[in-house]
Amino acid sequence: MPKEEIIIRLGGEGGEGVISAGDFFALGSARTGYHLFTFRTYPAEIKGGHAWYHIRVGSKPVLSMGDGTDVLVAFNAEAYNNHIGLLNENGVLIYDPDTVTPTNGNFIKYPIPFNKIAKEDLDFLRGKNVVVTGFLAGLFGLDPSSLEGLIKSRFRRRPELLDQNLKSLYTGYEFSKKIEKADPYYLKPTERVGRLVMNGNDAISAGALLAGCRFFAGYPITPASDILETLAKEFPALGGVCLQAEDEISAIGSVIGASYAGMKAMTATSGPGVSLMTEFMGLSGMAEIPAVIIDAQRAGPATGMPTKLEQGDLNHALYGGHGDFPRIVIAPGSVEDCFYQIINAFNMAEKYQTIAVFLSDQSLSQRTQTMNKPSTAEIAIADRLRPTPEELKDYQRFSITDSGISPMSLPSEEGGMYVAPGLEHDEYGHVEDPMKSRVAMTTKRFRKMEKAQKELEAPPRYGADDAEIGVIGWGSTEGVIREAVEQAVEKGYKVAAIHPKVLCPLPEEEVGRFISSVRRVIVPELNYSGQFAKYLSATFAIKPIRLNKYVGLPFTPGEIFRKIEEVVNND
Amino acid sequence: MTEQLAQLTVKHYKSDQKPIWCPGCGDFAVLACTHRALTNLQLRPENVVIVSGIGCSSRIPYFCKTYGFHTLHGRTLPVATGVKLVNPDLTVLAMAGDGDLFSIGAGHMPHAAARNVSITCVCMNNQIYGLTKGQTSPTSVKGHTTKSTPYGSISQPMKPVLLALAYGATFVARGYSSKTHQLADLIAQGIKHKGFAFIEVNSPCTEFNNTYDLLDTMVEELPKDWDTRDRAGAMALASTETKVHLGLFYKEERPAYEEMAKAFEKNVNAFDANAYLARFA
Ligand SMILES: Cc1ncc(C[n+]2csc(CCOP(=O)(O)OP(=O)(O)O)c2C)c(N)n1
Ligand code: SF4
Repeated sequence: MPKEEIIIRLGGEGGEGVISAGDFFALGSARTGYHLFTFRTYPAEIKGGHAWYHIRVGSKPVLSMGDGTDVLVAFNAEAYNNHIGLLNENGVLIYDPDTVTPTNGNFIKYPIPFNKIAKEDLDFLRGKNVVVTGFLAGLFGLDPSSLEGLIKSRFRRRPELLDQNLKSLYTGYEFSKKIEKADPYYLKPTERVGRLVMNGNDAISAGALLAGCRFFAGYPITPASDILETLAKEFPALGGVCLQAEDEISAIGSVIGASYAGMKAMTATSGPGVSLMTEFMGLSGMAEIPAVIIDAQRAGPATGMPTKLEQGDLNHALYGGHGDFPRIVIAPGSVEDCFYQIINAFNMAEKYQTIAVFLSDQSLSQRTQTMNKPSTAEIAIADRLRPTPEELKDYQRFSITDSGISPMSLPSEEGGMYVAPGLEHDEYGHVEDPMKSRVAMTTKRFRKMEKAQKELEAPPRYGADDAEIGVIGWGSTEGVIREAVEQAVEKGYKVAAIHPKVLCPLPEEEVGRFISSVRRVIVPELNYSGQFAKYLSATFAIKPIRLNKYVGLPFTPGEIFRKIEEVVNND
Repeated sequence: MTEQLAQLTVKHYKSDQKPIWCPGCGDFAVLACTHRALTNLQLRPENVVIVSGIGCSSRIPYFCKTYGFHTLHGRTLPVATGVKLVNPDLTVLAMAGDGDLFSIGAGHMPHAAARNVSITCVCMNNQIYGLTKGQTSPTSVKGHTTKSTPYGSISQPMKPVLLALAYGATFVARGYSSKTHQLADLIAQGIKHKGFAFIEVNSPCTEFNNTYDLLDTMVEELPKDWDTRDRAGAMALASTETKVHLGLFYKEERPAYEEMAKAFEKNVNAFDANAYLARFA
């Protein structure tokens, strides 16, 4: 009986090819037509340490890692020891008998001497991971030709390795046909459909390009560097400029300079970089200069766990910086959301002439996930308001308007000359008598957020219409919360979830209505202190039930489901 | 059009805001020389962007009728770099104090110079923190008593010209607020230079560090036959402590960053979103 979905976890030593073995299989299955969700975690070092890769593929949409794993591929004893407890009942253990000695358990064992095959049969030890990929393909019903293309493009620049890798792939595949298949996992055939598969950082880069971003400055940091690398490659042909700055202060400084000069611009970093960028967030607030900051959050503080996940920077995004200024904070919930919401971030930053902080995280930036192909022609792109010839006759860069939005001139525009001020200023940008204009200017700046709030899209809502328990999350946890809520609803619990994407300004009306429609609110977050829960408390005067996880790993649906169940039972 | 260009005079570059500097402050001369340099070059005011940091000296954009950006303390060069890279047709000046460029923002100039972005960077060096009312600065001389060094400064002063040379700036000069003819000329030359131009201006702070008399005894023109291609010689001269040499120390032709950054691809195309996304199909 073919399965609707399979969860596979591969574990081994960092640098051993665990991640790429999984990646080949994952991308191959996505390109064959399956839905895909992955999670990767690896040590901060280049070689050594324990790395693992988690894949969930299915013929129906998969929105989280799922619970446990159906298949464990243990490259070494550490992987076996760390993950065997997670193997679901009647799961499959695939292991190299030369390195792993499993005890008996309620699972199916396939001992495959990967090392020996690679070393002795192929004389190509490095191909071990691709042997594994081929084996998995054969075992679970994936056409190996779907993997061939991936391997060819991966080794495009190393033709001397291509043949050996292809040979490794087919050797693994043939090996799977030699063993007696005792497990029930076999993917239901699917049709190749027009879906895309990419990771969060790919989607952010693609969306930024579509939004019109043509200047990027950044300083390398995991897990955001891919965006710098992608744009460095893509920009020249599009007339854009990518700058690896000397530090993050300089990166955001150049971004703000570029935007002042008229280019849509962004930077991408992680927590440590955002800390350094903070002073410039305020300058963007005062001089009303649009810019986008991607924060691919990782576990802090300080250097924390640089390759691990945490939703720890919400407070910084919402409140970071001295003084009082408006800002936009957006947190995407999926890879697809990364694409659409980064466009939204640019649109909002440009429209309201503010900084927009975009909160991805390690899991989402590096998550490969399938998404529907966007209808690009239907995507609206916004640009900043520019002065009319009439307005340029007596140009006031910071003219007080009902919306708070003032038309912005650009260098080389005749009649538009002004000094972008870090100082408080009047409508012309003059700074001599700041107290005279302070109140009017501050309210004007914040008025932009009132308008932005009115124009927000309603956040998605999942679950029962007559819910009594409401789950509110933010960022990368959208899919896992949705799956947990759907499980709960199936069990007859009256639960629903709402997941705002724009966190500042918050869609207060919709979230407020949702809160008043339920009796209990649960806020699951990947941090210790409940940053979002406290934000909701402050906004709506509620005391949510918190579910916090801070080990550097994502939630599983079961963890959230059990919390819901606990709340139901205690009610 | 040419006729109209020829008509630009100093008043076309002067804003209607009155400088707030103390009487005799060296920065008045820097401002006047900037106006004069722009006039001499007949640059359209709307094509000029003056980026500054924070400090007394960094107020300068407000007194110019050009585009301007009064940024953050120390961040003059990063912002100027962003402006120049997205619109290389603009004339970009980065003007700030010695504290701004050599203390809080000291990490930026080595990179701006190494990249050779076409920015004219003018350091108004008064060897003191003016705006914060008289603390020691990275260029304060040893033994200098200030509010923050009541027993005298015990740190070696930094030498802006020497540093700019070491960083690989392709145009390095020094002027003095009292020598306005030369200063206006140096600023104009710096603007015309393709690549990163650094000009240190000895611009005394009459309020907290009045060094006019001392400087008058120390300044000396560079030798008449000075070879501006001799970087080692320029560095030796820039290390002197007994004299303050004025003029163009060094000049070199090297491709500018903003041009190199645009030279990777000959054909610039619009973004084809569908084709791009098809890579992920
Ligand atoms: C981050 C930050 N730290 C400190 C200050 C206070 N501050 C303003 S100007 C200045 C130094 C001014 O010295 P300099 O840059 O040499 O300019 P001058 O006023 O002498 O022209 C300082 C410390 C600030 N504005 N921002
Ligand atoms: S304090 Fe010094 S630097 Fe500042 S304006 Fe007065 S004289 Fe000039």
